[in-house]
Amino acid sequence: MAAGHFRIRPQSQTRGYKLDVLVSLFGASTLELLSFEPPGWGANLLRGLAASIQIACGAFGLGLLIGIGGAYGKLYGGPVVRDLLETYTTVVRAVPELVLILILYFAGTDLINQLMTALGYPPVDINGLIAGIGVLAVVQGAYSTEVLRGAILAIPQGQIEAARAYGMPPGLLLRRITLPAMLPFAIPGLANLWLIATKDTALLAVVGFSELTQTTRQAAGATKAYFTFFMAAGVLYLSLTLFSEVIIKRVERWSRRGMPSVSGPH
Amino acid sequence: MTAATAVPAIRAAVEDAAEAIHIEDLHKKFGQLHVLKGVSLSARDGDVVAIIGGSGSGKSTLLRCINCLENPTSGIIRVNGEEIRLKGDSHGNTVPADRRQIERIRSKLGMVFQNFNLWSHMTLLDNVIEVPVHVLGVKRDEAIAYGEQLLARVGLAEKRDVYPAFLSGGQQQRGAIARALAIQPRVMLFDEPTSALDPELVGEVLKVIGDLAREGRTMILVTHEMKFAREVASHVVYLHNGKVEEEGPPAEVFGAPKSDRLKQFLRNVG
Repeated sequence: MAAGHFRIRPQSQTRGYKLDVLVSLFGASTLELLSFEPPGWGANLLRGLAASIQIACGAFGLGLLIGIGGAYGKLYGGPVVRDLLETYTTVVRAVPELVLILILYFAGTDLINQLMTALGYPPVDINGLIAGIGVLAVVQGAYSTEVLRGAILAIPQGQIEAARAYGMPPGLLLRRITLPAMLPFAIPGLANLWLIATKDTALLAVVGFSELTQTTRQAAGATKAYFTFFMAAGVLYLSLTLFSEVIIKRVERWSRRGMPSVSGPH
Repeated sequence: MTAATAVPAIRAAVEDAAEAIHIEDLHKKFGQLHVLKGVSLSARDGDVVAIIGGSGSGKSTLLRCINCLENPTSGIIRVNGEEIRLKGDSHGNTVPADRRQIERIRSKLGMVFQNFNLWSHMTLLDNVIEVPVHVLGVKRDEAIAYGEQLLARVGLAEKRDVYPAFLSGGQQQRGAIARALAIQPRVMLFDEPTSALDPELVGEVLKVIGDLAREGRTMILVTHEMKFAREVASHVVYLHNGKVEEEGPPAEVFGAPKSDRLKQFLRNVG
């Protein structure tokens, strides 16, 4: 019997080791950490996701406005405006986003406070959300400028000329003709920018803003369940992307309503 | 040929009509290229002026100068008696001095382009009501009612909700004519309206333009369709090398051309 006893023990030891690895990866005890009730961190993760979406929406929207202005300025502006915009897009697209975020976030808030002091106001505490949106919008704006410039150039020029020939003032022409006409050409590029925006929010973790990645790090650090939390964050980012793609497809179909299908009849 | 007999009668009736378009000594340079070298032209209400000429003679440029799609280098342009004010910019180009004046004048000129230029993101009816509603401030339901009437007139009543890309060239051009009519223009400007069309589609567009001419609309028409110009025009201008080489009533210009260049031109196109 002793021999039999000997044979069994190493097996059970191996099984126990394997189980330990699985438990530390996905074990029932760590999955409980994702529950929405404390001590679970689920609610915190969702709050982090909400913050990320807020920043992404704000940065993308503001970046789009910068992009419209930038594209218009680059196409129709005077030489000074063009040079300034060229510098903006070149510098922003040349410097790594992480570096840019650190520069804009720390130097930017410092600059604003120095300005406030110089003007005789007390220094202000800059809201992390606003600062995050502002910083990412500057990055998004540079890329949007180029996407929209290309899209405007793709509009058949006759359509813009027709609008001018009927006496449309520039603002109306932009709103009624240029923007809707360039949309089908801009959607693929803008969709990329939106997806990049959702993930760039993670870079704000370095300045301590509690978006999804930062919250995940905190949760993982506190519980040591790194794999569980980073997998969960990954799944949240993935579902955000999948949901975005559904919306983007709809917007694209709508924007191409006046165009014959490329693939032709089936 | 009912047209040939009807047009002189209309012309006689408007003999002392107001001047709709007046152009005097118009010059246009593109860099070193001198395209228009002192052109003068005048159209009174009810006139149908056909501008003919070879390729590169400056006829399209002349038409596009009337609504400042091209800025003339020098000269006088008056639309409905109002002179377009021009000024020099920092690059030595001539540009309109007052954007609002240009916009006001443009909204009275119904331009029809060679390539139709309908707005591709709007249905045909939306194309027609766009300028009345958003530029001229017409109420939407009124604009729609009038727009439907115009589409019926050019034979496109059932196509009101179709996007331009799904229409034939001839249908698009008829739609573009309806869009121009929707602003109730003082003058219609046609820039080679049938040049981009397949031969079998030219007729349907010319019929619409011919009907407009016969009802006494003021129009300036740049065209390669000599037979059509002869039928509908009250006045024909032959441009050569940026100058008016010969002009007069169609019967004279086509029937008894004086200059050798015009004779040669008519032989080549006829």
